[in-house]
Amino acid sequence: MHRWEYHICNIHVVTFETLTWMLHSTFCLQRLSMADQQQQPSSLLSSRIDDGSGMENRWRDIERLLLRSGNLVGPGFEPGPELREALQNDFRVLVIGAGGLGCELLKDLALSGFGHIDVIDMDTIDVSNLNRQFLFRIVTQSFHLLIDFSHTLHYYLVSAAKHEQSVAGSHALRLGMQDVGKPKSEVAAARVMQRVKGVTVIPHFCKIEDKDIAFYKDFQIIVLGLDSLEARCYINSVICGFVEYEEDGSPDLSTIKPLVDGGTEGFKGHARVIIPGITPCFHCSLWLFPPQITFPLCTLAETPRSPAHCIEYAHLIQWGQDRIGEYFDADNPEHMKWIYDQALKRGEQFNISGITYSLTQGVVKNIVPAIASTNAVVAATCALETLKIATMCSTGMDIYMQYTGTEGIYLRTVPHDKDRNCIICSPGVPLEVDKSITLQKFIDTLLKDSRFKLKLSKPSVSYHGNNLYMQAPAVLEEMTRPNLQEQLLRLMGGETSDVLNINDRRLTGVLRVRVTFREGADTIDMDTAGT
Amino acid sequence: MALRSTKYDRQLRIWGEHGQSALERAHICVLNCGPTGSEALKNLVLGGIGSFTVVDASKVCASDLGNNYFVDWDSLGQSKAKTVSAFLHELNDAVDAKFVEESPEALLESNPAFFSQFTLVIATQMQENSLLKLDEICRQLNVMLIIARSYGLAGLLRISVEEHDVIESKPDNKVEDLRLHNPWPELQRYVDEFDIDTTDNVIHKHIPFAVLLIKITQDWKRAHNGKLPANVRELKVNFLTITARRRVEEDEDNYTEALKSAYVVLFPPEISTELHAILEDKLTEVNASSPDFWVMVAALKQYIAKEGQGEPPLDGAIPDMHSFTDYYIKLQKIYQARAEADVTAMVGHVSCILKQIGRDSSSIPRTTIKHFCKNTRHLRVLRCKTLRDEFSSKAGPELQRLLANEESSHPALYVLLRAVDHFAATYNRYPGAFDGELEEDVSRLKAIAVSILNDMGGGGVALPEDLISEVCRFGAGEIHTVASIVGGIASQEAIKLLTRQFTPVQGTFVYNAMSATSLVLNL
Ligand SMILES: [Zn+2]
Repeated sequence: MHRWEYHICNIHVVTFETLTWMLHSTFCLQRLSMADQQQQPSSLLSSRIDDGSGMENRWRDIERLLLRSGNLVGPGFEPGPELREALQNDFRVLVIGAGGLGCELLKDLALSGFGHIDVIDMDTIDVSNLNRQFLFRIVTQSFHLLIDFSHTLHYYLVSAAKHEQSVAGSHALRLGMQDVGKPKSEVAAARVMQRVKGVTVIPHFCKIEDKDIAFYKDFQIIVLGLDSLEARCYINSVICGFVEYEEDGSPDLSTIKPLVDGGTEGFKGHARVIIPGITPCFHCSLWLFPPQITFPLCTLAETPRSPAHCIEYAHLIQWGQDRIGEYFDADNPEHMKWIYDQALKRGEQFNISGITYSLTQGVVKNIVPAIASTNAVVAATCALETLKIATMCSTGMDIYMQYTGTEGIYLRTVPHDKDRNCIICSPGVPLEVDKSITLQKFIDTLLKDSRFKLKLSKPSVSYHGNNLYMQAPAVLEEMTRPNLQEQLLRLMGGETSDVLNINDRRLTGVLRVRVTFREGADTIDMDTAGT
Repeated sequence: MALRSTKYDRQLRIWGEHGQSALERAHICVLNCGPTGSEALKNLVLGGIGSFTVVDASKVCASDLGNNYFVDWDSLGQSKAKTVSAFLHELNDAVDAKFVEESPEALLESNPAFFSQFTLVIATQMQENSLLKLDEICRQLNVMLIIARSYGLAGLLRISVEEHDVIESKPDNKVEDLRLHNPWPELQRYVDEFDIDTTDNVIHKHIPFAVLLIKITQDWKRAHNGKLPANVRELKVNFLTITARRRVEEDEDNYTEALKSAYVVLFPPEISTELHAILEDKLTEVNASSPDFWVMVAALKQYIAKEGQGEPPLDGAIPDMHSFTDYYIKLQKIYQARAEADVTAMVGHVSCILKQIGRDSSSIPRTTIKHFCKNTRHLRVLRCKTLRDEFSSKAGPELQRLLANEESSHPALYVLLRAVDHFAATYNRYPGAFDGELEEDVSRLKAIAVSILNDMGGGGVALPEDLISEVCRFGAGEIHTVASIVGGIASQEAIKLLTRQFTPVQGTFVYNAMSATSLVLNL
């Protein structure tokens, strides 16, 4: 496939085949360059492949997919032992989140043959994680019995007492399982490495924003197991910001890092694949996320009608009035109890019943119900798609998978399109301006445009690597200031339609705006421009 | 106990204390503890079931280290059942762990009564012949059965129970039963207290939307010979315009809510087809041994015919409505009082029926009946065919129809996954077990699949060649991620069965991991 065909794909709906082919070729390139850099012998694991230890069968089941050619595979699939070795030695996958999805993802990726995984999470382990985050645990009873009935089956009940063994108890003591309060990423990494030999899991106990943006460049694929929309959007803009575009608007394949994202709530979940620059990014499809429920302040203050109204009143209004200067901490039991007591009082006052401590926690902390089974299904779907992207060993899912387990079981994929106005991943958000516009007027126009104004405060503008106007540092600002009164068209060398890069401290990545000049001197209504 | 409620907090918010107690009473048996079995069990152990027993005769070998998280290198050569049980037990020491080092197939032969101690059996990676036997035993012993199979990039899952009744099906879209088209006298009296054209703007914007809609509907009826809007168009064009015209200021949230909910005036909730079928079920002819569920359904039938005048009991729940606190609380109490009165009427019917069938007339407590009344619109009854019936099904024409569809991978995988067992019975190995015989296996498997389709009465339709060779390529591999998905779904269905909440899958669930899609077949 050549570049021009690819360009056609880019502006039409992209099939999985075309995009995976492109990515695969990217990976092949990256793999080759990695092999050049580090001429190291393969690790412990692949060295075991033919060492007569009987371990050559270890990856038998997944090798059916990796070593055998197939008909329903991704484009460019090249089966062979190199593929397994590449998974083991060359690929680096980053898992973001070591919670319900993250624990599952680490296990799933390690048992899919990925040898190098990093995991980043800022949280410590809490007791309420234990119903699903299976890499963490606590011992609540010092002894528990594991009973072996193998040889006494027919005397099942009678002989039970004689065959007690404390296998599980001894395991628990050996591993020292008091995990509550420890960093999730560190415990999760240690547990997976202990269980699955040959995998290296590097933990990062910090916020995603604490990492240098360059940190994320080290990975070929990034898998998200997050519960917050903000964190997803942050990573999305970082990864979309890496994509560089050719003059014709097509992305430079070597700059693309696929994102695989999972999310769950109760018996429902989703998994999706984002190929920045090619398939819709988060920002293109924010509508897929349900809006958060918020209550109008006047309802809370004047006309409460439900238990949640009473709780939010205590939380959002009363705390600030009664406990002046104290920072509310949802993890402080005394604080939570105070909110609960105040909510109860308010409920009594307004004749509203049904306020419980559990509901108080749920409302204040915005708790999303979570169970092990949904996490398992969603995470494994993400891990399998990650394997497919990395190896092309099978066809991929159509971008977005929805899972519903409440009424029967449904897994279905929902294709949707890129938003060409997306300020995060568009190769150039269209904007039409007068030929006569000056750079200063252009900047003013940006700041007024409804699509950008919330994302911009003091935009700097560059064109093909040339700084047209820089807000900082002061030296550059002074140097570029005279451009503000210049005609933009002239600064762009007379090109009547081209892409400008906008940088701003409010942006994580770069905003690309495709400016098209038109005749006429009238000012235009920016809210409809480009739509 | 405080620790328990914190540990299970995120799931107690879904299935409640009564759901959790049901899990804690459950004894689960898992047959074969490869990744599918151990992943299913993992989720159940984390969720806090009472106890589990793993049945598996095999020893941990190298290939287990590549697909099963609940074995490790130190356990190579040891009992897999023992290793997996010990590692699973670590996850939650409130759960009792047991294991049996014997093959499920042997156990079925030697000690069928073994299965009587369990609430539910999850059979993983088992072949057709043994499953038939297991299904018969479980049906006889009245033990619930879930069958789960991971096969390369495909999976199958099936529940086998004679009957499973659900009161709390907790559907995603619960219908709101507000009776706006037909208010009862107490509600009408409440509505009459309002002047919705009041000149007091503060009051105007705090009248609950239910009141607005009842009043406007009644005005409409007066002007239209007692008739409701005739159709959606009339509702949209005229009714909504009339409603919107009464709005005094743009920011009147109660009017926004009224406009949004106006359709329920024209389309109040009906008796769903599912509920209708339950009401017509022959088990509503109750006798002394009828389960409480069917006694309550029989009572419901009487209630609908008499007091309900065609409607089931009111559940009493109302959505939040923009209004003054006291307006809302009063309205809420009116709905609750009506719901309580309906419960009382139902209790009367239930005790009457109990007396007729020779049982203690108070043997079903009011709280149970109240719980039933809150959920009558969403009752579910699940009945599963026996496996024998499925395997001898003549559903070929239905399969033919599905296979002719553009997206035919699921029915094809269903046939192929049955064909691999027939293949194994003939050749003593699975297709694709050896690299050297892949091509021959493709035509062998195809011939078997075609004959299965013929036996079902669905001959003459082609299976996609690509899928046949992919299934051979899988070589019966149990891929960890696929096992985690199939096992995960098995544990989810187990939870639904054990808690008697939500709706379990009805039919054979076919999973295609290549496209991350599924289909449920009813054959
Ligand atoms: Zn986008």
